[in-house]
Amino acid sequence: MSPEEIVGRGNKDGAALFRQWFGELEETSRVGGQAAYVFVMGSMAEILRVFDLPMVFPEINSLQTAIRRVAHEYLNEAEDYGYSPDICGYVKADVAMQLRGGDHPMGNLPKPSLAVLTNACNTYIKWAEIWERMYEIPVQVFDIPGTRQAGITTTAGDTSFNNDQRYVAAQLKELISLCEELTGKKFDVDKLRQAMDYTNQMNKAWQRVIDLNKSNPSVFNALTEGTIYLGVSNGFRGTEAGARYFLDLQEEMEYKVANGIGTLTEEKYRLAFVGVPCYPIFRNFNEFFTDWGGTFVNSTYLWFASGGANRGFEYDLDRPLDSLAEGMLLSVRDAMDSMFYQDRALLEISDSHAIDGVVFHPIKSCRTVSTGLADGRRSLMSQRDIPSLFIESDMMDRRVVSEAQLKNRIDAFFEGLAARRLQAAA
Amino acid sequence: MAYAVGVDVGSTQTKAVIVDESKKIVGRALIDTGANVITAAEKAYAIALADNGIREEEVEYVIGTGYGRYRVTFGNTQVTEISCHARGAVHIFPNTRTVLDMGGQDTKAIRVTAGGDIFDFCMNDKCAAGTGRFLGAAANALDIPLNQLGSRALQAEKAVKISTTCTVFAESEVLSWLGKGKKIEDILLGVHQSIASRSAGLLRRVGIEEEVSFTGGVAKNIGMVKTLEDALEVKLNINEDSHFMGALGAALFALDHILASRSPKLAAEI
Repeated sequence: MSPEEIVGRGNKDGAALFRQWFGELEETSRVGGQAAYVFVMGSMAEILRVFDLPMVFPEINSLQTAIRRVAHEYLNEAEDYGYSPDICGYVKADVAMQLRGGDHPMGNLPKPSLAVLTNACNTYIKWAEIWERMYEIPVQVFDIPGTRQAGITTTAGDTSFNNDQRYVAAQLKELISLCEELTGKKFDVDKLRQAMDYTNQMNKAWQRVIDLNKSNPSVFNALTEGTIYLGVSNGFRGTEAGARYFLDLQEEMEYKVANGIGTLTEEKYRLAFVGVPCYPIFRNFNEFFTDWGGTFVNSTYLWFASGGANRGFEYDLDRPLDSLAEGMLLSVRDAMDSMFYQDRALLEISDSHAIDGVVFHPIKSCRTVSTGLADGRRSLMSQRDIPSLFIESDMMDRRVVSEAQLKNRIDAFFEGLAARRLQAAA
Repeated sequence: MAYAVGVDVGSTQTKAVIVDESKKIVGRALIDTGANVITAAEKAYAIALADNGIREEEVEYVIGTGYGRYRVTFGNTQVTEISCHARGAVHIFPNTRTVLDMGGQDTKAIRVTAGGDIFDFCMNDKCAAGTGRFLGAAANALDIPLNQLGSRALQAEKAVKISTTCTVFAESEVLSWLGKGKKIEDILLGVHQSIASRSAGLLRRVGIEEEVSFTGGVAKNIGMVKTLEDALEVKLNINEDSHFMGALGAALFALDHILASRSPKLAAEI
């Protein structure tokens, strides 16, 4: 295979899969078919695949409006309708899309027939209530037990973990009953095994891809390319196409590592990103860093927004429901931990990925992911001599994104990194 | 003798400083920025040159800083005012570990290492509360010249509590206190304390370590210095050139380039 065929394949194939996915959603909308609205932190994709329910990720739809620079139209419309400027931009963009009858820059999207969510984000719950009232649809909220105490992580075999697992498994059974009732289809455990097998392949490859970015130069940008991979990991979880994509991606990254092909002409600074990207100026935001030779080699976003794929957890197909419950418990708990107990994880990647600096990016419209960032930063600074930058903007609302101020702070951060390197060399 | 120049194009005022090879300030200029940023930079540069009869061809390197740094069209490169204020402050006060720069539109808290490098920084975010503009709004509402604000504030008997954190609303709050019959001096002290409180918050985010140097135009305001010292419970380093600290830092970085150009190894590293 020639370099031209393999390098950049993940980006190209990812875009093609996205078009395919949204094309299928548009067709569902056109024929008035059923669709499940789900979220990135615990989508229960494997169960929904059994019932052939197309999955709509409102978070992904909303961020797409920002990347395509039309988010403000949706936000304004939701605010005109009565939603406060202070609440989640993702919610408002979705509300406006619903008010527009599913009109989205990537096509007309189907209405929800069912909403499945977890307690990983408090806004999920209120968000689903909006659809419940708009469309009178069933909503299933998964209550996933989180980490009880910082520093104590239970695992399979621990009494409390086993209790938690049974609790999640019981909720999965409720979802199966709900889906049977909604679709009129019988649950097929072999179909579930097949979906879980695809997820296994995806998870394993995804974990390997993240691991390959320890190489120098790094082989993908966790902020930009990572977002494409995240989209596929959510939209195609539990499918053959998703598994194939990540196996191909792993092959591409291994090729790049073997051939020393990095993301920049000259990689000067290896960075970690904490928070949610600034989608309204997605490309410019990244260029503020790459212009200085900085690239993001890892991010907490790759963890909490990948549905736990980063953990590389492997389902036991001999006991599918119990194993699915275990995987769900681990991945959603991990997603919550990556927001609330991120300091441990940051220490790990700072060491494993040879990080030169950490960028903390709280966002105005999501307090859930932003509240603990200042503490996370302080904790990191107290344990590692790694420079960090704290900049605030938003993932949706360009009214609170000031490019000049962001650039000023980012430039100063790199000036500091350069001075530090100069002094170390002296 | 080669000269290095720093031009700090701020939101309110533009400053230029020329240093010689011994790092001595040999020319300076301070003008209002106005609407044309490019012209302001050029004019400040020309005034600084004329200040001590230095010819333009004697200048080897120019660095632009401040929000208009990319509009210093005659400059060789740009450095952020965060780095420049830290550099200038450490040059004037070598034991500086914390810098508070209060300008027209933003306030920066900067922690520096013993080596003078930036350790951490924090700025006001998308809001001019706690900056010089906040004082400007109060001056406007009270019809008092900016340069008298500090001394009048220090004549207060009992500061009023300015609750607003918004520069725009500050004006109406000041007027409402006037309407209630409060003394101008008491209102002014309240305004200064409000800014000092916000600045202290910024400083605490980066960690306050002595010595603390106060730079920027507002450092000339004795009322601000006093209220900050009270809020922080530390003595602030103030220099008569505090206003020029960003431009001075830029000029010193420019001098680094000149000296490095004489040492190819160093030049490659800068």
